[in-house]
Amino acid sequence: MFIADVVGTVVAPVQIPVLFGQKLLLLRPLTPRGKRTGKTRIGIDRAQAGVGDRVLVIDEGNSARSVLGDPKGAVKTVVIGVIDYVEGQGELWYDHRRPTGDKR
Amino acid sequence: MYLGRVTGRVVATQRYPGIEGVPLQWVQPLDEDGEPMGAMLVACDVVGSGPGDLVHFVDGREAALACPTTFVPVDATIIGYVEQAAHADGRMIGRGN
Repeated sequence: MFIADVVGTVVAPVQIPVLFGQKLLLLRPLTPRGKRTGKTRIGIDRAQAGVGDRVLVIDEGNSARSVLGDPKGAVKTVVIGVIDYVEGQGELWYDHRRPTGDKR
Repeated sequence: MYLGRVTGRVVATQRYPGIEGVPLQWVQPLDEDGEPMGAMLVACDVVGSGPGDLVHFVDGREAALACPTTFVPVDATIIGYVEQAAHADGRMIGRGN
């Protein structure tokens, strides 16, 4: 699992059946401190996340298939949580509870 | 799953059994700005995309699951045809740009 910022949405009118009706989000993976890292991904939203949220993402097929309830689905990246705050080394690295514009 | 753009096609007549008849496309992965991200790769296509199209693709074991025969040696498959990717700041990555 990793954390990511939701930076956009993806609209795909033609896709494989397992993705019908699923919301797709554009995800920018982050280090625990919130620096950009790794490759931008597209994830299926299962946590009612939206643009601007920092989210918890799984990028592994078996977990994704069990989340979607389809044992043969060709899915891999799923948003499974919206992050409230990230704490490490006694510091608060990210806090969603702060007023807008003051997020770290 | 990643965003990408189809840049060309690959034709291979001699194939491993199970992936005959599945089109192969060149895909350039894109980042959230629509800029190229990493090296181009060859992906199977199950949605009927063509050069110039914006798509999303899956890699790893799941790529084979998207193919008509699921136990095949495939590591990337195009699984969706993207109409539009909207960035938070209002920019759009669409079919033409």
